[in-house]
Amino acid sequence: MKPAAELKLPVQRPDIIPLLLVPAVALAALPLVGSLSTWVTLTLAGLAMGMIIFIVASGLTLVFGLMDVLNFGHGAFITIGAYAAGLLVAPLAGWLQADSFAANSGALLLMIALAMLVTGVIGYAFERIIIIPVYGQPLKQILVTVGGLIVAQQIIIAIFGPVQIPLTLPTAFRGSLIFGDVAVERYRLIAVVVGLVIFAAMVLTLNRTKIGLLIRAGVENPEMVEALGYRIRRLFVGVFVAGSALAGLGGVMWGFYREALTPAMGMDVLVLVFIVVVIGGLGSVGGCFIGALLVAVTANYTGFLAPKLALGSNILLMALILLWRSRGLYPVAKR
Amino acid sequence: MSEPETLLSLTGVNTHIGPYHILQGVDLKVPRGGLTMLLGRNGAGKTTTLRTVMGMWHASAGSVRFELSDITAWATPDIARAGIAYVPENMGIFADLTVRENLLLGARSGPIDETRLRWIFGLFPALERFWPLAAGLLSGGQKQMLSIARAIIEPRKLFLIDEPTKGLAPAIIANMIAAFRELKSPETTVLVVEQNFSFAKSLGDTVAVMDNGCVVHSGSMAELAEDRDLQHRLLGLHLDQHQ
Repeated sequence: MKPAAELKLPVQRPDIIPLLLVPAVALAALPLVGSLSTWVTLTLAGLAMGMIIFIVASGLTLVFGLMDVLNFGHGAFITIGAYAAGLLVAPLAGWLQADSFAANSGALLLMIALAMLVTGVIGYAFERIIIIPVYGQPLKQILVTVGGLIVAQQIIIAIFGPVQIPLTLPTAFRGSLIFGDVAVERYRLIAVVVGLVIFAAMVLTLNRTKIGLLIRAGVENPEMVEALGYRIRRLFVGVFVAGSALAGLGGVMWGFYREALTPAMGMDVLVLVFIVVVIGGLGSVGGCFIGALLVAVTANYTGFLAPKLALGSNILLMALILLWRSRGLYPVAKR
Repeated sequence: MSEPETLLSLTGVNTHIGPYHILQGVDLKVPRGGLTMLLGRNGAGKTTTLRTVMGMWHASAGSVRFELSDITAWATPDIARAGIAYVPENMGIFADLTVRENLLLGARSGPIDETRLRWIFGLFPALERFWPLAAGLLSGGQKQMLSIARAIIEPRKLFLIDEPTKGLAPAIIANMIAAFRELKSPETTVLVVEQNFSFAKSLGDTVAVMDNGCVVHSGSMAELAEDRDLQHRLLGLHLDQHQ
């Protein structure tokens, strides 16, 4: 055998092409949009929207990637998270209506904490009761999780009623910041910050901790992780709870973005979430992040340039991505 | 001379995979502190035996005992935690993780022991060089080294290794033989499934031969290596033909 010094080192090239997609789409849209200020506004709005979609989708990509669970119930956690946060509107009215960024942020953080706690606990129960019997059975997973989604929606209707409930933005988060001709909504900036914090936390957890290492290994080969002595079922439960809590957080951000709560809000956004997860590559957090930004900016430009195509643009984008990379932007090795 | 203590024993083990009855009453004893070779034709049930020991497929009848415990119905992580390391036939490498991260997963009880890591780098120098690279970039032989290194990164009581030389170049096999020789110790027991008879003969202390889901012969490797008729009857080949 050759000594180590003589061995040729394999070349590991970082795959940067997917990273260039969002800038490429944005640059391609510039001449079509025409006005620079409109383009900047559309781009920033798209990026903010993408961050919210990423928050909602990030939990699902882990659940999908690690556990092979096709969880349509994810939509229920989005709705439940938003409604749980809505429960704090009255008790925190003073903080929400104060013209103070600190008070408003404190209220938002408390609402997020409650939403994540509620959806995390319900997620735990959902995994134990609904998901365990259908591990490894994709068709049954679709049936029971869609069933769970419908039941959750009906329970919300029974408790809160079928009508839309307004969710007014905290005072300091309303309005826009003006930079020359460009207007940027304050809440969208907050969404960008929250999205980046979640992304950074997930990347750090996945890449710098033993739990993250186990999750990445489990996405690739769960049987081998067990053979190394790790109880992956416990990891599954933890990931499912974290995924549900992230859906709850996404629900809060989504609810404030729409400034309304509706029983179908989770179901409405679920198709978009699945498109993002598939585009990104099942189980890939980085792919999910880029996919969410790509879907959102594309939808924004299409909505401005050709409103009639806006609904189909996401499906078209997914088809194009899958024709190029059939397993998504950043496929995980086993898939 | 007293008979060596048995570390792992299978008694009347039957394993079904779906509709197929693969193991049909396996009786096997693996003595502590030696290297046992599990030989047999393709489809004899060798890999299924290892997977059954690891709890990846559960025995439908019979028992698997490790030291004083009946581990027949144990979950795979509990079996691994009892002190059994497993190197599967497909190597089980995490291609998206780096060489370092693959080894970190093997070090279940904490950080990697520096002295042991140096020993492993001595056995498999390529791993040191490829340390920060994704394991998916390694060649087949390097992946096999990584798979074995991950199993031995911490001391274990028993190593189950499935066809370590499969598809490897002779130079790498020679390196692997050296590594196994170093691994052999009174505290370390190894059960190797192997098709390369030259490799098996050079390393094995004891041998078991499987056919049609049963162990049809067990004894010392030296005896089998000397008895050409027995080799021919059990394996259909002479060991000399594979040297």
